Amino acid sequence: MENLELQKMANEVRKGIVTAVHGAKAGHPGGSLSAADIFTYLYFDEMNIDPKNPKMENRDRFVLSKGHTAPGLYSALANRGYFPVEDLPTLRHLGSYLQGHPCMQETPGVDMSSGSLGQGISAAVGMALAAKLDNKDFRVYTLLGDGEIQEGQVWEAAMFAGHRALDNLVVIVDNNGLQIDGKIEDVCSPYPIDKKFEAFNFHVININGNDFDEIRAAFKEAKETKGQPTAIIAKTVKGKGVSFMEGSAGWHGKAPNDEEYAIAMADLDKIAEELGGAN
Amino acid sequence: MADVVKIATRESYGNALAECGAEFPNLVVLDADLAGATKTGVFKKAFPDRHIDCGIAECNMTGIAAGLSTCGKIPFISSFAMFAAGRNYEQVRNSIGYPHLNVKIGATHAGITVGEDGATHQCNEDIALMRTIPGMTVIVPSDDVEAKAAVRAAIEYVGPVYIRFGRAAVPVINDQPDYKFEIGKGVLLKEGTDVTIVATGICVDSALKAAEMLAADGISAEVINIHTIKPLDEEIVLNSAKKTGKVVTVEEHSVIGGLGSAVCDVLAAKNPVPVKKLGMQDIYGESGPAAALVEKYKLDGKGVYADIKDFLK
Repeated sequence: MENLELQKMANEVRKGIVTAVHGAKAGHPGGSLSAADIFTYLYFDEMNIDPKNPKMENRDRFVLSKGHTAPGLYSALANRGYFPVEDLPTLRHLGSYLQGHPCMQETPGVDMSSGSLGQGISAAVGMALAAKLDNKDFRVYTLLGDGEIQEGQVWEAAMFAGHRALDNLVVIVDNNGLQIDGKIEDVCSPYPIDKKFEAFNFHVININGNDFDEIRAAFKEAKETKGQPTAIIAKTVKGKGVSFMEGSAGWHGKAPNDEEYAIAMADLDKIAEELGGAN
Repeated sequence: MADVVKIATRESYGNALAECGAEFPNLVVLDADLAGATKTGVFKKAFPDRHIDCGIAECNMTGIAAGLSTCGKIPFISSFAMFAAGRNYEQVRNSIGYPHLNVKIGATHAGITVGEDGATHQCNEDIALMRTIPGMTVIVPSDDVEAKAAVRAAIEYVGPVYIRFGRAAVPVINDQPDYKFEIGKGVLLKEGTDVTIVATGICVDSALKAAEMLAADGISAEVINIHTIKPLDEEIVLNSAKKTGKVVTVEEHSVIGGLGSAVCDVLAAKNPVPVKKLGMQDIYGESGPAAALVEKYKLDGKGVYADIKDFLK
């Protein structure tokens, strides 16, 4: 997919995020928006998947280790055709198949239930190992928060993946710099993130995670990397695309009210217009 | 008198895995640096490519197993009960239980018969933890025969299963030709009319011995082996309680949340009778030889006999 199309789609994914969280009156917009370009690239370009056959045996797998950003995953899945975009506002509602955190039994396209931080990466490692054991060529992607990597289990998983040289695994860290209690370096700094993954025998790529040229190049490089898993440290802007959410820890886990929702959608409409104009 | 054959159920675990390996090509076994102790080394030797040592990282091992199972593998994760159920509780709950994945948890070195290592490694709480997880099957085999049968049954069953094994060698009591293992089905080992003894794991043997001693005193005890704590065979417990009117539970586990609690849940709701729960009385274990600990905490035949006599006064 061309960059412009990806940008337009990412903007649609962002609208879906804001709409879902507004509909839920709760949820996590900040980290969903920061990773929207990565969600979009994975589901619209990178991964070998089939929305009509979500359980296709040799599909690439994605595990949202930072499960609280389910709105981002759901919006990407809906826009990709796994289920109707119109259902996004049922997020977190009683009886909805869009649970607050990803549930593989409820939602088409969700490869692993997740949300308790630090656990998703281990499951992704298990999937990558399964491919190796069976000589299959599917790849496994997992997205972590930069706050999430404070969890010790992340490094247990990284040690195993590095030790086993799982080159079919890509770990993406959404480095938006903010966690609930504030800046990650003020709460309990995980920096330097790249050096840590390097020490665990990962091939590490630092990118601007809101730039499709850099995202594309990184995933290409990951695919070409043999004998090592890859970690993509994606520098992003929390709340990206919505003026009043950008760079604000306060929008980690808060839903916009009706007035704020209107402003957010206007922001995104404006971006769509600009992108349309450039076409 | 023929010598009583004694085998630790952890040995049975390793042997059963190795025996099933060829028949179930999707079976994989994971360890966290304890393959020598959990006895999965036998499987590792036979199927080196399907044995995965995760290092001392039980939580990650649990997640890896979850991931493997989503790709069609039947993973057994092996560790001491303290770590497999204790350290791992939330990983088991969220990464295996909630998505109802086909992962089996082989927990060895459960209870006080860990012995000399002492309280930090003597898990008396694992049954309680595991039975709170929706959809989790919890099995506590009483000997070698039952342990091997349980491993096979777990492989054939689709869904999460927790199986509890011990470190110490215990008498083989189920080596009858008509022995049959069925998940969720209790076994009536001895009929009686005065009191029901419901036991699990190594305490089944103690219950049988206690019943013999009670018989010498003219007390007729019914003995039931509950190898599956969850789902519990309610029928066998209720039928017996209706007959005897008094129930004693015996387990190498805390009296809070384990077999005793499971039995009380059923009886309280459907047929209330007096119950005495034998086990670890809300305390930690300690270092010492396994047999001496079992005696001290009154989980041997003599101790169970004495407590039942007291209960029937």
